[in-house]
Amino acid sequence: MVLLETEKLTRAFGGVVAVNKVSLRFNEGLISGLIGPNGAGKTTLFNNITGLDNPTGGKVYYRGVDITNKSAHSICRMGIARTFQNIRLFKELSVLENVMVGLHFSTGPSATRGRLVTAIKSFINVKDEYSELREKTMKWLEFFKLEKLANEKASNLPYGHQRELEIARALATDPKILFLDEPAAGMNPFETANLMKTIRRIRDLGVTVVLIEHDMKLVMSICDTITVLNYGQNIAQGTPSEIRNNPAVIEAYLGKEEE
Amino acid sequence: MFNFVLLIFIYTGIYALMAVGQNLITGYVGLLSLTQAGFFAIGSYATAILSVTYGWNFWLTLPIAALIAGAFGFLIGLPTLRLKGDYLAIATLGFGEIVRNILNNWDSLTNGPMGIQRIPMVSIFGFRVSPYDKWGFLLLVWIFVFLAYLFYERIAKSRMGRALEAIREDEIAATSMGINTTRYKVWAFVFGAAIAGVAGSLQAVFILSVTPSVFTFMVSIMVLCMVVLGGMGNFKAVILGAFIIQFISYFPQLTGLSNVIPPQFKQVLFGVILVVMMIWRPQGILGRQQRGRLEKGEK
Amino acid sequence: MGSIAEFFQHFMNGLTLGGIYALIALGYTMVYGILKFINFAHGDILMVGSYIGLFIFDAIRGESIGPFTLLAFFLAMLGGMAFSAALGVIIERIAYKPLRNATRLAPLLSAIGVSFILSNSAAWMWGTKSRKLAYPFDNTPIVFKGVSITPHQILILIVVVIMMISLKLFIDRSRIGKAMRATSLDRDTAKLMGIESDKIIAITFAIGSALAATAGFLLALEIKVYPSMGTMTGLKAFVAAVVGGIGNISGAMLGGILLGLLETFGVAILGIPYGLKDTIAFVALIIILLVKPEGLLGKAEKEKV
Repeated sequence: MVLLETEKLTRAFGGVVAVNKVSLRFNEGLISGLIGPNGAGKTTLFNNITGLDNPTGGKVYYRGVDITNKSAHSICRMGIARTFQNIRLFKELSVLENVMVGLHFSTGPSATRGRLVTAIKSFINVKDEYSELREKTMKWLEFFKLEKLANEKASNLPYGHQRELEIARALATDPKILFLDEPAAGMNPFETANLMKTIRRIRDLGVTVVLIEHDMKLVMSICDTITVLNYGQNIAQGTPSEIRNNPAVIEAYLGKEEE
Repeated sequence: MFNFVLLIFIYTGIYALMAVGQNLITGYVGLLSLTQAGFFAIGSYATAILSVTYGWNFWLTLPIAALIAGAFGFLIGLPTLRLKGDYLAIATLGFGEIVRNILNNWDSLTNGPMGIQRIPMVSIFGFRVSPYDKWGFLLLVWIFVFLAYLFYERIAKSRMGRALEAIREDEIAATSMGINTTRYKVWAFVFGAAIAGVAGSLQAVFILSVTPSVFTFMVSIMVLCMVVLGGMGNFKAVILGAFIIQFISYFPQLTGLSNVIPPQFKQVLFGVILVVMMIWRPQGILGRQQRGRLEKGEK
Repeated sequence: MGSIAEFFQHFMNGLTLGGIYALIALGYTMVYGILKFINFAHGDILMVGSYIGLFIFDAIRGESIGPFTLLAFFLAMLGGMAFSAALGVIIERIAYKPLRNATRLAPLLSAIGVSFILSNSAAWMWGTKSRKLAYPFDNTPIVFKGVSITPHQILILIVVVIMMISLKLFIDRSRIGKAMRATSLDRDTAKLMGIESDKIIAITFAIGSALAATAGFLLALEIKVYPSMGTMTGLKAFVAAVVGGIGNISGAMLGGILLGLLETFGVAILGIPYGLKDTIAFVALIIILLVKPEGLLGKAEKEKV
C-alpha cells in the first residue's frame, strides 16, 4: 500500500529549481533509499514533505490526504517523523528529556481529552506523569542501548550515540513513516553495520523507513527500493541491482564517459 | 537602617515576581524580551485606576491586573514572536517605551506625568496591611512569591515546560516533533506578562501612587539581569538573582557610601555583570535544572 | 495644508535628519551583515566619540569664529571618529569575539551590558549635564524662496553625501571591501580563501563606529552632547536599518532618509505631538516587521535545515 506519495513536487528558489516535478511513491513496510550527488535536492525534498518548507508546485499525499501545505507540527502528529542531516538534538537537555519531548503530543489533547483538561491534568499530576512517561521513554532508550546514559547531557554524547538519540526521539513520536537524513554520516564501518541492524529492527516494528544516504554499501544492502535524484529531478527508481547498473545513475555520479 | 533592609526585601519580592515571569520567557523559551516594565506598568495602573476611580477592592483589582497584563502579553506576543531574537528585543523594548509614553500622555485616564495618588491600602479580612508596617507587607509580598514559585515550577515540570525548553534548544527540531511552537511561545509570553501585572498591583498598594517615570526600561534590564545572573531556567536561582541585584542596587545607601559612590554605579555594575556572565558562565550561577532525573536503582 | 515652500522646508529638515540616521544605520547594518548580530552598544560608541570630539574642539579652537575654527571642527570630528573606531574594535575583541559561537542570546546580552557600561560610565566621568558644542560658523539660516536652510544643514548634507559615496566605492571597488562582502556572505569559505575574518570584522566595526561618530558630532551641534544622546538616536537608527533591510548598505541609507522624513512630516503635517515623535520610529518598526520583516531592500532569508 502506498503510504506517502509526491505528485510533481516542485520547489523553486527564484531561478534555481531545487526540486523539479518529482513524483515518488513510498510503500508501507519497505525501506526506501534516496540517493544522488550533493545538491541534487534530497534534503529539500525531505523538507517539503515534512512541512519545514513550502513547495512552489505539486502535491504531497499521506494515506490519501493532501498534506502539501500543512505545518511541520501537524504533519508530525499525523505520523511522519524525521531526523536531520546536521543532528538537531536539544543540546542542554538530558538524553531522557530529549526523548520525552518526542512523547509530547502523544500525551497531549486527543479525541478523548480536550486541551484545557490536558493542561490541568498535566499541571496537577506532574509526578504521575513523569513515571508514566519514563516507562515509555526508557523503552526507546533500551532499544538503542542508551539507557545507562539517561541523565547525560545530550551534547556530551559521542557522535554515534547522538545520531542514535535523534532517531530514538523521532521514534518516540510513534510515526508510521520515518525519514532519516544521512544517518550514517560520519560513522565508522562498525557503527554503520550497527545502524543497518537498527534500521531493520525499526522496519520490523512496522515503521516505514526512507533514508537519504551517501554510503552506497549501506544503501545497497538494506534498501528494498532506491530512488535517484539529480539536479532536482527523479532520474531512476528501482531495486538496488537495477540502480547499480542504470547508465543514467552512473553518469550522474561519475560523469559522462569520454567519447 | 533595619527598616531600610526590610524595604529592600520588599522590593526584592516584587521584582522576584517579575523575574519569575522573565525566567519563563527568557530562561525557558530563550526569547530575549524586555517587556516586563510595560506589563509591570499595566498591572500597576490597572489597580490604581480601578481602586481610586471606581473604588474597587484591591483583591478584585489583582486578578484584573493580571488578566489585562496577560491579554497585552498575548497581543504583543502574537505579532512579535515571529521575529528573531535580535528584533524581538528591540520590539519589546519599544513596547515598554510606548506604554510609558502613552501613560504619560493620556491625561484623562492616567492623569499624565503626575500619575495617580492616594491609592487605598490593602486589607485582608478587615486587617489593613499598611506599607508602613514593613513586616506585614513583607509577608504579603513573599506569600505571593512563594505561590508564584510553586505555580511556575509546576509549569516548568509539566509537558508545557518540556515543550518550551525544546523550542529554546532547537525550534526547527521542536516543531518537527509535533510541538506547535507559536502557540507555546505566546503562552509563555502571556504567563510572563500576567505575573508582572501582579507585581505591578502590589507595587501600587505599596507605594500608594503610580507615576509613568517609575516604569522605565531600566526595570526590564534589572529583571533580565536577575535571570541572567541567577540562572536561566531555574526559578530558585532567579529569586536568588533578585536578591543580589537589589542589594547591589542599594549598596551605596546600605554602606553609607552614597556620597562617595556615584548614582551610575549600579548601572555600570549591571552592565559588567551582563558581559562577564555571558563570557564566563552563561547558564547563570545555578544553571539549568534537569528534569526527570533517573536515580540509582530506578527504572 | 501649507504651500510648496512649506513642503520643501519639511523635506529639507527631514532629509538632513535622515542623513544623520543613515550614517548611524550603516554601522548597524555592516556589523549585522558580517556577524548576523546587532550591536546594541553602537549608539553609545558614537556618544563617546562625540565627547572626545567636543574635548578636542574646545581645546584647539580660538575665541572667535574664523576660518581656522572650521578646520579645528573637522580635526575634532576626525579625532572623535578615530577614537570611536578604536573603541569599537576594542569592544568587539573583548565583549563579542569570545561569544561568536555561543548561543544567539549571549552576544545580545553582552551588547546590552556594554551599552550600559558606556552610557553610565560617561555619566559618571563627565556628568549628566549636556554640553554645548559651539558652531564653527555663523549659523544664520539662508532663506531662499520661502525655504530656510541653515549652514549646519548644508554641512550635514555635504558630509553625509561624501561619506556615503566613499563607503559605496570602498565596498564595491577596493580589495578590503570585496573581502568584507565575501565574509558577510560566507565567513568560513572566505577564511578558506585566505581572508582573515578577524581582521575584516575589526575593520567593519571600525568603519561603522567612525561613521556613527561623524553623525553624532554633527547632530550634537543641535542637540548638544550628553551621556544618553546615543541611546535614543541609536535605537531609531537601528529601526532605520531594519526598515531599509538589515545587512543591506543601500537599505540603511534608504531607511535612514525615510525615517528622517517620516519623523519630520509626522510632526509637521500629521500633527503628532512632539512628545510622541520617538514613537513614530517604533510604530514604523512594528509595521515593517509585520509586513516585510526583511526590510524594503532586503531579501527574505530562510534558515537552512
